[in-house]
Amino acid sequence: MRSSVIAVSGLRKAYGDKTVLDGIDLDVPAGTVFSLLGPNGAGKTTTVNVLTTLMKADGGTVLVAGHDIATEAKAVRAVIGVTGQFAAVDDLLTGEENLQLMADLQHLRAGEGKRVVTSLLERFDLVESAQKMAATYSGGMRRKLDLAMTLVTRPQIIFLDEPTAGLDPRSRRTMWNIVRELVADGVTVFLTTQYLEEADQLAGRIAVLDQGHLVAEGTPDELKRQVTGSHVRLRFTDLRELDAAARVLTGSTRDDEDLTLRIPSDGRAKSLRALLDRLDEHSIDVEDFSVHTPDLDDVFLALTGHASTEAIAQ
Amino acid sequence: MSTTSAPLTDSRIMLRRNLKHILRNPTTIFNAALMPVVLMLLLVYVFGNAFNVGEHYVEYATPGLILLAISYGLAGTAVSVSSDMTKGIINRFKVMNVSRGAVLTGHVVATMLSSSVAIAVIIGMAFALGFRSSATLLDWLGAIGIIAATAFAAAWLTVALGMAAKTPESAGLAVVPLILLPFVSSAIVPAAKMGQGVRQFAEYQPFTPIIESLRGLLAGTPSGGYAAAALAWCAGIALAGYLWALATFRRRA
Repeated sequence: MRSSVIAVSGLRKAYGDKTVLDGIDLDVPAGTVFSLLGPNGAGKTTTVNVLTTLMKADGGTVLVAGHDIATEAKAVRAVIGVTGQFAAVDDLLTGEENLQLMADLQHLRAGEGKRVVTSLLERFDLVESAQKMAATYSGGMRRKLDLAMTLVTRPQIIFLDEPTAGLDPRSRRTMWNIVRELVADGVTVFLTTQYLEEADQLAGRIAVLDQGHLVAEGTPDELKRQVTGSHVRLRFTDLRELDAAARVLTGSTRDDEDLTLRIPSDGRAKSLRALLDRLDEHSIDVEDFSVHTPDLDDVFLALTGHASTEAIAQ
Repeated sequence: MSTTSAPLTDSRIMLRRNLKHILRNPTTIFNAALMPVVLMLLLVYVFGNAFNVGEHYVEYATPGLILLAISYGLAGTAVSVSSDMTKGIINRFKVMNVSRGAVLTGHVVATMLSSSVAIAVIIGMAFALGFRSSATLLDWLGAIGIIAATAFAAAWLTVALGMAAKTPESAGLAVVPLILLPFVSSAIVPAAKMGQGVRQFAEYQPFTPIIESLRGLLAGTPSGGYAAAALAWCAGIALAGYLWALATFRRRA
């Protein structure tokens, strides 16, 4: 049984009369990746800022590693690390100096600080650029340095606010692997993203945030199952086979022009086998067989009534 | 592993960081150290003979140029404070429990150190250009005290301006009055020679008593009245800057 390291209940936050978070409840188990998914302006960064003590909540309670963020901010800060949306590196310091600055501020002993810095430079593949100023780094390198700086303090809980926004696909994959390694080491990761694929790839649980409300929460598969669009598509060589199949498989939708038949299905192996067995039984010849599982984009559309990338007019 | 943050240690770490920033930014170095020298050569060699100030011009201008050496270094500080506040690194410091004061004092001390270098260069240049002083050791110590108080006050005010600015660019602009004010004081020519209105302003603005007290000390003829007014201005400005910077820091970070 895993205990929860982040417990949020009834979290509210407003800027003036504009409500940004309207009663959020979250529960993040230790040693997992939890993803807060939502479009721009949904309130993701505000959530991270409140959970990391950078901003005060207007209502609700938040426990991080058992500490109340309102009354025990120092204790919370001692166990967390934050990598914000914009790489918070010092441009005029070299990569190594940036890491050393963190080690110094953490008051690590000189020898230990040096060791931590060296191992992080190696781990993040930054050894070659260690003596160059961070201003000369590419976007991907800055993100890596940013995350490495966060790891100097060896946090148990890491908040990553859109860690791959603006990165090329290769850097994004590198970042994903780093996140997986962190979790393998026992760290809990709270990740916000507007990329559905990213949440799907990394997270054990996903909460979908839209205009300050949580509209869904669950494992990626659970969320996908909430969408009715899951189906099997069969294509036939001629109309005769299509007719035969349509007679046998009740509840299906046919498309005479494409010679396809669409059958609602949960996509599980058991029901697929039953479907194939039935076709076999009636000696129906299928030219092409495909299972369509909705991706999280479909989920988002179904849950919020608008696409994930759609800008929200406030 | 995390120990309680020690403000002094943190201030030293921040100071080291800020000094590296100054040394690695060519614009900051040019503004802080070279601009006053360029100005000095311009005033003393090019315009100097045209000003009738009743004494050797380099002796008249040096106290004002010392103040300009402080002023010109301020833009770099304001921009650097504002960058810290707007580019996310402040959140990192905050989450690491870095003492609030350390971020501010790091900037103040770094600014004062870079001012001292610029002032030393100006004083060295002044002697090379024929500046002669009949000041005693005590006068010199007094002058150094006034200069240090001015640099301290200017640094706090600048840190506050940098804190309050929305962007690093506007922070750079916010200190422009501090660079222009010495020109409308008795720094370059005596206030008595200025036109109506400007003259009154020049007589009552803080730079004038600071410059006049410095001028007196460097000439070996100290004036208690000017020195008291100068120190009072410095204390007031430093306190206002400190309170403003701290309040803005609390609100923004």
